[in-house]
Amino acid sequence: MKSLGSIRRSFAPWNDPSAKPYISFENVTKVFGDFTAVDNLTLHIYEREFFALLGGSGSGKSTLLRMLAGFDEPTKGRILLDGQDLRGIPPYKRPLNMMFQSYALFPHMTVESNIGFGLKQEGVPKAEIEARVAEMLKLVKLEQFGKRKPHQLSGGQRQRVALARAVAKRPKVLLLDEPLGALDKKLREETQFELMDLQQSLGLTFVIVTHDQEEAMTMADRIAILDKGNLMQVATPAEIYEAPASRFVANFVGNVNMFEGTVAAREAATARITGASGAQILVENAGDAAAGNTVAFAVRPEKIKVSSKRPEGTVNAMQGEVYDLAYLGDMTVYHVRLDDGQVVKASALNSSRVTDDPLTWNDRAWISFQPDAGVVLTR
Amino acid sequence: MAEATASLSSAAQPAAPSFGDRMFQALTSRLVIIVPYLWLLLFFLIPFVIVFRISLSQTAIAMPPYTPVFSLQDGLAAFFDQLRELNFDNYVWLTEDPLYFNAYVSSVWIAAVSTFFALLVGYPVAYGMARAPAAWRPTLLMLVILPFWTSFLIRVYAWMGILKPEGLLNQLLLSLNVIDTPLLIMNTHTAIFIGIVYSYLPFMILPLYSALEKMDYSLIEAAQDLGCTPISAFWKITFPLSLPGVIAGCMLVFIPAVGEFVIPDLLGGSQTLMIGKTLWNEFFANRDWPVSSAVAVILLLLLIVPIMIFQFAQARAQEQGR
Repeated sequence: MKSLGSIRRSFAPWNDPSAKPYISFENVTKVFGDFTAVDNLTLHIYEREFFALLGGSGSGKSTLLRMLAGFDEPTKGRILLDGQDLRGIPPYKRPLNMMFQSYALFPHMTVESNIGFGLKQEGVPKAEIEARVAEMLKLVKLEQFGKRKPHQLSGGQRQRVALARAVAKRPKVLLLDEPLGALDKKLREETQFELMDLQQSLGLTFVIVTHDQEEAMTMADRIAILDKGNLMQVATPAEIYEAPASRFVANFVGNVNMFEGTVAAREAATARITGASGAQILVENAGDAAAGNTVAFAVRPEKIKVSSKRPEGTVNAMQGEVYDLAYLGDMTVYHVRLDDGQVVKASALNSSRVTDDPLTWNDRAWISFQPDAGVVLTR
Repeated sequence: MAEATASLSSAAQPAAPSFGDRMFQALTSRLVIIVPYLWLLLFFLIPFVIVFRISLSQTAIAMPPYTPVFSLQDGLAAFFDQLRELNFDNYVWLTEDPLYFNAYVSSVWIAAVSTFFALLVGYPVAYGMARAPAAWRPTLLMLVILPFWTSFLIRVYAWMGILKPEGLLNQLLLSLNVIDTPLLIMNTHTAIFIGIVYSYLPFMILPLYSALEKMDYSLIEAAQDLGCTPISAFWKITFPLSLPGVIAGCMLVFIPAVGEFVIPDLLGGSQTLMIGKTLWNEFFANRDWPVSSAVAVILLLLLIVPIMIFQFAQARAQEQGR
C-alpha cells in the first residue's frame, strides 16, 4: 500500500467520521481595532493530539491560542472544549494550562513554589502538593534545583520549570506558545523529542504555536498553516509536505520548485501541462484541474534528479546549466538554470561515497522527475 | 554578540596596554568614584560633624550663641581645655523633658500614618499609569511631576485656603448640602495628613510606577492560567513583585515627613507637636543651638534605621533584577 511520507500513523482520529473533536473553533473571528487577527476560522482538534499552529508573525496563531486560554474572547463565533462553549469562562476556570513564550516564571518564588503554584490555588493538601512537585521535578530532571530561584537557572532549565508548572495541574490540554523559541538549536532539537515523549506518557492534548516549520514537522500529529488570520491547510506533516493544498503552503514549508503552466490535456489520472516556453510535462496528482486551467506543478528538490545525460525512460526532462552547487556532506544541492531561465533546485542524497557522474559549475545538465513526483496546484 | 565584539577589539590592539596607560585608567576610574564621595564629605559629613560638635557645647549669649568656640590662636593647651568642656548634657536634657520624647513619637506617628495614606492613594495611581497605553505614559508621568514646578510653600498655603472653615472645601460641601456646619479640618492632624500626602505623593508614585511598569504582564496571565482570580493574582504576584517600589516609596515619604516643619506649622496649628517644629523653636525662638543640634542628631539616628532598611531593600531588588 502506498502512503505519503515515510511514516505510517496508527493515531488518526481526524480520518474517523465518528470521532468527536475535543477542541473546536467554529467560525471564529477576532478583530483588534481595525485589524482582523483571525477571520471566520473553523478548526477541529482531537483528544491526545499533538497539534501545531504554524504561521508567520501576524498570522493569528497566537491569537487562537490566547482565545483558547481565555485571555481574549472571540469577536464572533465560538470555541468548544469537550462540547462545552468556552465563552465567558475566565482563564482561571478553564481546564487547560499554558506554557508561555517568556516562560513567565514567578521571579520571587522558588522552582518548587512555581511548580506547586497552580495546585496551591486549587487547595490541594500540602503533602500532596509536595509529592506532585517532586514528581514533576523528576519528570523534567531538575530534582536538585527545587530550592533555586528562576534567575539562578539556565535558559533550558527555566524552560523545563515552565513546562513542569504547566503540567503540574494535570490539565486536559496543554497550550505551548513558542515553547522552544528561546533555546539554542541543539537544545531545541533535544527538547522537541522530550516534549513528544512527555505528551505520549501523560496522554495530553498539546496545542503548540510556532513559526518554526521544522519544529512543527518534527513534533506535531497535524499542522494547521495560517496566513493573515486564514486557515491555509490542516493536515499531517507528510501531507503538508508531499501534498500541499496551495502555492502558499508549498512555499511556506520546505523548498519547492514550481513549474507554472496551463493544462493542455486532462485524463483520468494524468494531465499534460504546457509551460510559458512551450515545454510540456506529464504529471499525475492533478486533482480537479481541468484543461485550460492555469496551474503550477510543485516538486520538492529531492525528487528531481540531475544528470549530465538525458536519463532513459523519463517523460519529464529539461536541459540547463549548473548554476550553483553546494556539497553538504549528507547531500548535494544543485541549482540548475533551465534554458527558459527558470532556476530549479535539486538535491541528491549522497548514499555512496563515490559518483560516476560528477558535475561542476556551468556544466550542461539534465533535470528529470517522475509524473508523480509532485502535485498540481490550482490555488 | 558582545563577546564577539570584545574579542575583536582586543585583537585590534595586539600590544598589552603600557604601565602608564593602566595607571591612567585606574586613576580615572577612581576619580569617577571620588566625585560623589567628595560631595558627601563636603556637604553631608562635615556639616554633620559641626552640628554634632555644637550639640556637645553649652548655650551662651554670644556670637555664635554657644561655648566653647574653638580656635587654635590660643595655642594647643587652650584647645584641649575647650575640648574638655564638651559633654553630653544636652542629650541628658532631652531625656528629662518629656516634650522632646513626645515630639519624636508624635512625628514618627504622623509620618507613619501619612505614609500609609500616601501608599493607599499612590498605588492605584501608579498601577493605572503602568497599565495605561504606552503612548500616554510620558504625559501621565509629566502630570505627576507637574506640581513641583510651583513653590512647595505656595501649594501648602493653597491648602489653607481649601481647608479653613470658610474655605473652598466647606463652601462646596455646604452648597451641595452634604454638611450643614463647616468641617473643622484646619489646625488638626487631618490637615497635616492631607498636606503631607499631597506634598509627598509624587515620591510615592514614581518608585511604585517604575516597579510596576517593568513587570512582565504575562506573569499575571500565568497566575490566572494557573487558577488565580485577578484579585488573588494581584496579591500573590503583582504586590510582592512591587515591594521594592513600595519600600522605596514609603521611605521617600516617611523620612522627610518625620522632620517636616512647614506643613505642621501652616496646617497643623499651634498645638501640633512635631520634631521639626520643636527644632525650629529651639533654634530660632530659644536660640539654644546646642539643644537643637542634639535634637537634630537624635532625629538623624532615628532615621538611620529606616534608611538602612531602604538600602537593604534596594540591594536585594537589584540582585533579583539581575
